[in-house]
Amino acid sequence: MSVDDKTVRRIAHLARIAVAEDEVAHLRGELNAMLAFVEQLSEVDVSGVEPMTSVTPMRMKSRDDVITDGEIPDDIVRNAPAREDHFFVVPKVVE
Amino acid sequence: MNAPARPDKLIRGATGDWEIVIGLEIHAQVTSQAKLFSGAATAFGGEPNSHVSLVDAAMPGMLPVINAECVRQAVLTGLGLNAQIHLRSVFDRKNYFYPDLPQGYQISQYKSPVVGEGEVIVDLPDGESITVGIERLHLEQDAGKSVHDQHPTLSYVDLNRSGVALMEIVSKPDLRSSEQAKAFVTKLRSILRYLGTCDGDMEKGSLRADVNVSVRRPGEPLGTRCEIKNVNSIRFIGQAIEHEARRQVDIIEDGGTIVQETRLFDPNKGETRAMRSKEEAHDYRYFPDPDLLPLELTPDYVEDLRGQLPELPDDKKARFVRELGLSVYDADVLVAERANAAFFEAVLVKQDGSPRDAKAAANWVINELTGRLNKEGRDIAASPVSAAQLGTLLDLIGEGTISGKIAKDLFEILWSEGGDPRELVEARGLKQVTDVGAIEKVIAEIVAANPDKAAQAKEKPAMIGWFVGQVMKASGGKANPQAVNDLLKRKLGIAD
Repeated sequence: MSVDDKTVRRIAHLARIAVAEDEVAHLRGELNAMLAFVEQLSEVDVSGVEPMTSVTPMRMKSRDDVITDGEIPDDIVRNAPAREDHFFVVPKVVE
Repeated sequence: MNAPARPDKLIRGATGDWEIVIGLEIHAQVTSQAKLFSGAATAFGGEPNSHVSLVDAAMPGMLPVINAECVRQAVLTGLGLNAQIHLRSVFDRKNYFYPDLPQGYQISQYKSPVVGEGEVIVDLPDGESITVGIERLHLEQDAGKSVHDQHPTLSYVDLNRSGVALMEIVSKPDLRSSEQAKAFVTKLRSILRYLGTCDGDMEKGSLRADVNVSVRRPGEPLGTRCEIKNVNSIRFIGQAIEHEARRQVDIIEDGGTIVQETRLFDPNKGETRAMRSKEEAHDYRYFPDPDLLPLELTPDYVEDLRGQLPELPDDKKARFVRELGLSVYDADVLVAERANAAFFEAVLVKQDGSPRDAKAAANWVINELTGRLNKEGRDIAASPVSAAQLGTLLDLIGEGTISGKIAKDLFEILWSEGGDPRELVEARGLKQVTDVGAIEKVIAEIVAANPDKAAQAKEKPAMIGWFVGQVMKASGGKANPQAVNDLLKRKLGIAD
C-alpha cells in the first residue's frame, strides 16, 4: 500500500493540517516509509484470530446514571481564544 | 422492500407514474440523568456550557466511561422494536471537524451496533397496516449547538448537548408515501414514550429525522437517493418528502439525473435545498475507539430487561378490543399516547377495584375529556378533571342519579371549579327526577297546555319526541328520560 500526492493533500485536508505544496513530496515519502514498515505485519497469518481490543482481558467498566460533573462553565471556556457569556466564539460557520 | 407497487401510492409525472421509496434515520435522545460518557447533566436548556464536563469539552487526557442506564435504555428500545439484541457491540470514532464537536470525532457505533434487525407495525389512517423493517439501532453522542444569529461574522458554541446519548434508529426503505412515513414516526414515537426511553419531544429536538428519498418506476431497481437532514416535526417530514419526490421526478423527466447529496428542508418555503458543503464528500474514517472496550451484554441481562417491558401500544390495543369490547378505532385513539391510555385505565377501575363500563369510559375520555383538552391545548397530565372524578361521574350516570345531559353540565363544573362529583350533584340539585308523581305533574301541565298536539300524538306516535323535549326542558334536564317516555305514552294513550 502506498499513497500518491493527491492522497497526501486529501489526508492533510481531512486532518485540517496546512501543507504547503513543496512539502507534499517529502510527506509522501515519509508516509510511504511508515506504511511499508507497518506492511510487514501482513506477513503474519492471523486467520481465525479474534482482533485484540485490549491488552488486559477485562470487561468495559460502566457508570451509574448519576450527575457527578459539570456546572463549571468558567473552567470550560477558560482556555478559549474567544468567548462571550460562557459561549465559545468562533469564526462564523453555517452549513 | 420489493413488494409490488401500490397504484394508489404512486405519484403522477408527465411521462407516467413514479413510486417513492423512503427510509428514515431517527435520532432519539435517550432519557437519562447524565450523559453517555460523562457525569454531566442532560437537562434541556441551562446557561451556556453549564452542563458540560471536561470530558464533553474534550480536554486532553479525559476518558469516556459509559453510562449503564443509556445502554439499558437502548436495549429496552431494541426489545420494544422486536429487534435482535447484539451481545457484543463496538464503539467507533466518526471523524469530522465542526466547532460544536470538540473531540473532532463523534463516538458512535458503525459496524457492530447494539441492536440489529427488528420491525414495527404501523396502522394507517385508512385502516390498513404495514410492517416496517428496522435495520439497526445504535448508541452515539449528540454534538453541541452552534448559534449563528448573534453576530454577523461569528458563531457562538454551547456544548450543553455535547455528549448526550442518542439512539439512531434506522428503518429499512420500506415506506412508500409521506403518509406512511408520518405514521411510522408517530408509531415509533409512541413506542419510545411507552418504553420511557425517549420523551419524544420534537420541539426540544429530542426526536429528529433524516429522511432518505428516492423515486423509481414501479418494479424497477432503487433510484439514487437524497438525504434530507434534521427534520424536526412530523408535519415537516411529510412536506419534505412530497417536495423532494416531486423535485426528483421533475429532474428525471427533464432528462437529468439525481445526484446523491445531503439536503436541508426549509419549513418557511416548504422546499428542500442542497447543503453548501456538498462538493466535499464526507470521509468519516471510522475506526474502533481505543478508549472504549467492546460493549458486552449477557443473555440474562437481556432476558431480565425483556421481562421489564411494559405493555406496548399494539398489545394494549388488542387487549382493549378483545377484553373490553372497544371498537378498533376507539382503542387506537386511546393507546396512541401512553398518558391517555393510563388515564383511561384509571377511569375504568372503581375504588373497590371492580370495573366500570369500558365503552362509557372510553366515550367520555375520547369525546368529552380529550376534546376539551385539545380545545384548550392542554396535556392530559394537566387535566383539571381527574380520573377519579370522571369515574365517579360515570357511576352517577350508571346509577341513574344524573342524566347524560346533566353529566355534561357536571363535567363543566368539575373542569372549571373542581370538587367532589357526588357532593356537587347533591348541593346543586342536579339529581335526576325519578319521582313518578313529580314527572306526572309536569306531564299533566304540558299536555293540558297543548291539547291539539296531544290529539295529534295519538295519530302520529313520533310526536312523542316533542313532548319528551318539553318535559325535559320544564324539569331543567333532570327528569329521567326513560321514565318521562313511559309516562308520556301512558298519558297520551300510545301503545308500546
